[in-house]
Amino acid sequence: MNKSPLKIYLGMPRKGWFIVCACLSVMVLTPLVASITSSLKTAKEAQQSPPSLIPKSLTFDNYRRLSGVSDGVKHYLLNSFGLAMGTVVGTLILSVLAGYGFARFKFRAKGLVFGLILLMIMIPFQAILTPLYVTFGKLGLTNNLVGLCLIYITYQLPFSIFVMRNSFAEVPVSIEEASVVDGCNPWTTFRRVMLPLAIPGCISVALFAFFASWNEFLAALILMNDQTKYTLPIMLTLLNSKLYGQIDWGLMQSGVIVTMIPSIILFLTLQRYYVQGLMAGGVKA
Amino acid sequence: MASANISVTRNRKTSFAKKRARAGFYFVIPASIFVLVFFLYPFLNVIWMSFQDWPLLGERSWIGFENYRTAFQDIEFINSVKFTLLYTVIVTPLLFFTALGMALLIKGTSRTTKFFRTIFFLPVVIGFGPASYLWYWFVDSRVGPAPQFLRILGFGDQEEQWLGIMPLALFVVIVMVVWKFAAFQMILLMAAIQGISKEILEAAEIDGAKGFTLLRTITLPLIKRTISLVLILSVAGSLLAFDQFYIITGGNPNGSTLTTVFNIYRQSFLQFQLGYGAALSVLVAIALMLISLIQLRVLRGDDHE
Repeated sequence: MNKSPLKIYLGMPRKGWFIVCACLSVMVLTPLVASITSSLKTAKEAQQSPPSLIPKSLTFDNYRRLSGVSDGVKHYLLNSFGLAMGTVVGTLILSVLAGYGFARFKFRAKGLVFGLILLMIMIPFQAILTPLYVTFGKLGLTNNLVGLCLIYITYQLPFSIFVMRNSFAEVPVSIEEASVVDGCNPWTTFRRVMLPLAIPGCISVALFAFFASWNEFLAALILMNDQTKYTLPIMLTLLNSKLYGQIDWGLMQSGVIVTMIPSIILFLTLQRYYVQGLMAGGVKA
Repeated sequence: MASANISVTRNRKTSFAKKRARAGFYFVIPASIFVLVFFLYPFLNVIWMSFQDWPLLGERSWIGFENYRTAFQDIEFINSVKFTLLYTVIVTPLLFFTALGMALLIKGTSRTTKFFRTIFFLPVVIGFGPASYLWYWFVDSRVGPAPQFLRILGFGDQEEQWLGIMPLALFVVIVMVVWKFAAFQMILLMAAIQGISKEILEAAEIDGAKGFTLLRTITLPLIKRTISLVLILSVAGSLLAFDQFYIITGGNPNGSTLTTVFNIYRQSFLQFQLGYGAALSVLVAIALMLISLIQLRVLRGDDHE
């Protein structure tokens, strides 16, 4: 029997299914398209009330004006990219090593470390921001992107370690045994044999680390008070300030689009790994 | 374990196992250090801080349970908890049923299905920050497309700001969260539904189960574990809501949309009552721990059992 899913569930013919999905797509896309449209209006038209639904003329003026926001949008793009790259690399190194350790070795502290990671899943990071703020203040790590990066890495670890543990666990033991018989020590086995087989898991971990760092709001808001250290989402708070008695809406929407575009491009290119990672870390964990 | 199958003389085997055990420990050391320094230490610290009067500048002093006593009499805190619970109770079923409907729509494998799936998922990957600023503009009574659309349909002049009226401000945030987050749950539910064996569905069909009966009696019970996962994730996430309220409503009108985490943010980082903020953080952590314990219990089983 080869019935379409909706025939089975809702008795809906294919045409009806297509119309429902198309309507939903329009609902999902409308805010995004509207935001892009308004970011391409002239500053004056974007302020207009009631708003024009179709812009009279298209211009990148708002995007150009973003470079006049405090240190300029390029600066904040660099901050966000640097932070995301640091988070990705740090998370990858730590979680790949730990994931392999958990998947293939027995050692005395295993239960203890595992318990600690479970505890970390239970305690939301919002709850430890107050002491982190105090400690980071003492260590001079507030207003420091490296400090923020260390927190992002730490809070990506539970999910990432689970994903990596699961991807190493899927490699047949016989492959590893063969390398041990061939005289590889644990490190060579890991580098030459296991790691290449766990690349899909690594991509998932990297992808989630990027999104987490790129999109994080609260910790960056609290720990970065110096405008030169802002990330893109925090830069948006600057656009919310009423410069001439009212918000510069076109400028704000161009900032929103600039912040969104990298996430969307990354998702569209690596979609497959995103869903795989979700399955490996969310469902099986 | 690889070592178990390699038979050498007894002595060499033990030393080999020992070496392997040590190697395993080395592999987890770097991650463990991060967890100890950036999680366990601040976690113990937040408990310690919660027993003190801790202003940003000036003397701190040990005051025992005073912060907790204050919390339970603090109208602002109690209201923030009430509001957060209200938000959670409304948004969780809305998200779930939207996600379930979408999952049933796109659980196929055709190219068109995958195309729609990708579109539905787009709002999930953009951050809460930009998404919130987008919606803040989208519903603005002067320049926002949403009020303008209603105006065109003939629903009055929409002069009042939606975000200034109470149930409406919450409604805007909820619509935004469903828009942004439903597809995340959709993907998890879809994967679970795809995992149900065809034989079971066909057998149920032969027995005459159709439409919603099939859904209610066969599909949903078979994906119980994923449903629990999705619901618990949603409850935990909603109880910790901050970004969308901070940006879209700012806690207003009149502090009526102040969430628990938003309140902690204000106590700790605007009023610098760090000890009090720590005590509120501990209370939130306890609540979330209880939910996670339920999660671990529920998730021990497997789907399709």
